[in-house]
Amino acid sequence: MYGKGLRALSVATLITLTGAFALVFFYAPNDADQGFVQKIFYLHVPMAIVALCGFVAGGIFAIQHLRTRDARYDLRSYVAIHISLILAVGVLITGAIWARAAWGHWWVWDEPTLVSFLIIFLLYATYQPLRFSIEDPERQARYASVFAVIAGAFVPLNFLAVRLAQAYTHPRVLSTTGGSMPGDMRLTFVIAIIGMALLFVTLWKFEMAAKHARANLRSLRRKLGVEEIPVARRTAAPSL
Amino acid sequence: MPALPLDEAGKYVAAAYLVFLALILVYVVIMGVRLARIEREVAELDEATPERTLAPEEERVP
Repeated sequence: MYGKGLRALSVATLITLTGAFALVFFYAPNDADQGFVQKIFYLHVPMAIVALCGFVAGGIFAIQHLRTRDARYDLRSYVAIHISLILAVGVLITGAIWARAAWGHWWVWDEPTLVSFLIIFLLYATYQPLRFSIEDPERQARYASVFAVIAGAFVPLNFLAVRLAQAYTHPRVLSTTGGSMPGDMRLTFVIAIIGMALLFVTLWKFEMAAKHARANLRSLRRKLGVEEIPVARRTAAPSL
Repeated sequence: MPALPLDEAGKYVAAAYLVFLALILVYVVIMGVRLARIEREVAELDEATPERTLAPEEERVP
């Protein structure tokens, strides 16, 4: 089910991301203030936006799980949060590299955008340990869904709070006035966001397909009465 | 802070893009290993289960 269309999606992702990076280095002009270092913007910001949207998507799937008690929604929520966490690690590292190059510091504690993203990341970093600490699969899924809903609601609230902050060093590129980006930069940025979103969906489908394959394999073993391979340890990942 | 010269800035930009590629590569490798394990288990399952011989009624093509 999740493997359907995965190849086409992977190709589309590869083409879009390659196109985006080609635009970054051969089309978009250098920033007047930051020079060549500003190229990191086309990687860092799309990753941050997609990671945050992924966390919210995890919350939406979690709501569906709590409403329907369907384990498939729990799995969708888990995978969405998992992929978003990986992208969030990328955001923090690329952000630190950009901060070092642009501001001379790897991290600035009095910058609300940075600290708020770190808080969100640390919050979601507790998701898997939370799941792992609960043995009963149904309780594990239910508690994890509640967590995902609350944390997912915190993401837009946090974003708003940071936007309303008075003083900031972190650049505002998407403002209510439409941003200050010239057309060629804006086009590159939009393509980069589309590429990053496609990457998220591809990785999500890829992991869902793998988890379904494993669940089907387990079911087949049970039906055929073949001895199960003993599971060495507990897992935080939901099983169907 | 003034803009870094191109040779300095290039290192930071390269590092950022390499971090991104490394993350994706590591994820793909881990998923590849998991899929290889699933394929191996499917092959073991295939070997472990006997060939099912069709009853005469089932052999007839509709």
